[in-house]
Amino acid sequence: MNAAAILHPLAALLLAPLLPGVINRVKARMAGREGPPLLQLYYDLWKLLRKGAVYSRTTTWVFRAGPRLNFVCLLVALLILPLGRVPAAVSFAGDLVLLAYLLGLARFATVAAALDTGSSFEGMGASREVQFALFTEPALLIGMAALAHASGDLSLTGIYADWPAALMPAMALLGSGFFILFLAENCRIPVDDPATHLELTMIHEVMVLDHGNVDYAFILWGSALKLWVVGALLVGLFPAAATGCPLLDLAVGFLWLVVLAILTGLVESVMARVRLLRVPQLLVGAGVLSTLGLLLTFW
Amino acid sequence: MNAIETLLIALVLTNLVLLGASRLHNAIRIVALQGIGLGVLPILAHHGGMLWAAVLLGAGSALIKGLLFPAMLRRALRETHGHREMEPFIGFNLSLLCGVGALALSFWLGARLPLPWPPVADLLVPAGLFTVWTGLFMIVARRKAITQVLGFIVLENGIFTLGIVLVEAMPLLVELGVLLDIFVAVFVMGIIVFNINREFDHINTDQLAALREDAP
Repeated sequence: MNAAAILHPLAALLLAPLLPGVINRVKARMAGREGPPLLQLYYDLWKLLRKGAVYSRTTTWVFRAGPRLNFVCLLVALLILPLGRVPAAVSFAGDLVLLAYLLGLARFATVAAALDTGSSFEGMGASREVQFALFTEPALLIGMAALAHASGDLSLTGIYADWPAALMPAMALLGSGFFILFLAENCRIPVDDPATHLELTMIHEVMVLDHGNVDYAFILWGSALKLWVVGALLVGLFPAAATGCPLLDLAVGFLWLVVLAILTGLVESVMARVRLLRVPQLLVGAGVLSTLGLLLTFW
Repeated sequence: MNAIETLLIALVLTNLVLLGASRLHNAIRIVALQGIGLGVLPILAHHGGMLWAAVLLGAGSALIKGLLFPAMLRRALRETHGHREMEPFIGFNLSLLCGVGALALSFWLGARLPLPWPPVADLLVPAGLFTVWTGLFMIVARRKAITQVLGFIVLENGIFTLGIVLVEAMPLLVELGVLLDIFVAVFVMGIIVFNINREFDHINTDQLAALREDAP
């Protein structure tokens, strides 16, 4: 591992809070408002990190471990994750399965912490989160299988090392499948509304209601990192040539992430949330797109 | 990857959307889109001579399936004042999963099916088979008579796609004859849907079993 390899996780840690800022700014502009500053999440994090924490007597160490474990899982995921043409810091055959498990463990930590509060309300959110994960995980793994087969490599860095132009339609299908996954995993609009405070429809927000201050800062930072992590899976499918200079590759990758954030903001501005009962159908649709991509790569 | 393959992938995608569509109006629109897209296929697939035949076939097919059928079905839907939803026997998620299974099967079969000569595009046979199965599935797994008419049209779309493989062997007259048959069939079905509705206040075909003599 060299110094350039650690560049991507470091950049992600520092730049990820910018992505929700971009999304919110685009949404505000589409609605004709000025919107919060781009750096709003940094201000929030700075404010929250300086505060102490308050814990309910009902909760145990599970509640405290939740946000930390979630954050650490995403950090480790960043170590094995390439961004565009930037290779990952650590790479080995089969690390794509580790990535799926890390995302699963991060989710488990959040869900366990929500259940630990003893609030039936948070349990409801946890149940929804796990139910929808049931549909997103097969779609992710089938999509990764398609990419692995197309590139003939079992490591994420190998998969994303080159842009497979020959497989254009399959890549477009996988890309649209991954975009639905990206929106679902990050609790964006067709699946979940990050701005809502209407209790009956919330998924992610409801699970973190009891966390405060430092814990909440790590939750916010963690969800920004998750935008980056799942977004990086999609950015690898976008056309970009490897320049050889890691700093330039990183800049191109980050630019694509910002484009993705703008796209997400546009989707959120023009679409309504789907009914909760219809969400599984949307996610099965993502799985179908991945499967079709897989079949086309085999063809 | 050329235009034909892109068109065929779009065909497969519209089939999948149909399996998950819950509103009849959407389903009619998608089938119309499929018909128009398939009208382009013979023109793209043809090579060497008889361009006018391919254009005639494509234009006729697009006209009938893209404009005439949807208009008739919309009229039938308006006349019946029924629920505008599908009312499936098999749920939408399960339908989509069945669709994925059928898709894998048609890819597997498409690679093994012996053809008299190589098709113009590798995807032609799997996409055609999958469209046929989507049509059959819609006829079997949906309750409304209108959905079954739609399934019938989709089935014909699949046969049409498979027929492109034989575009040089099959005379134009046969294709046009098939198109005419379908037209008459859909016309008759449209009238029957209207009459069933006038007689029984609904167009749910599963209730037709009550017409048997030994029924209680």
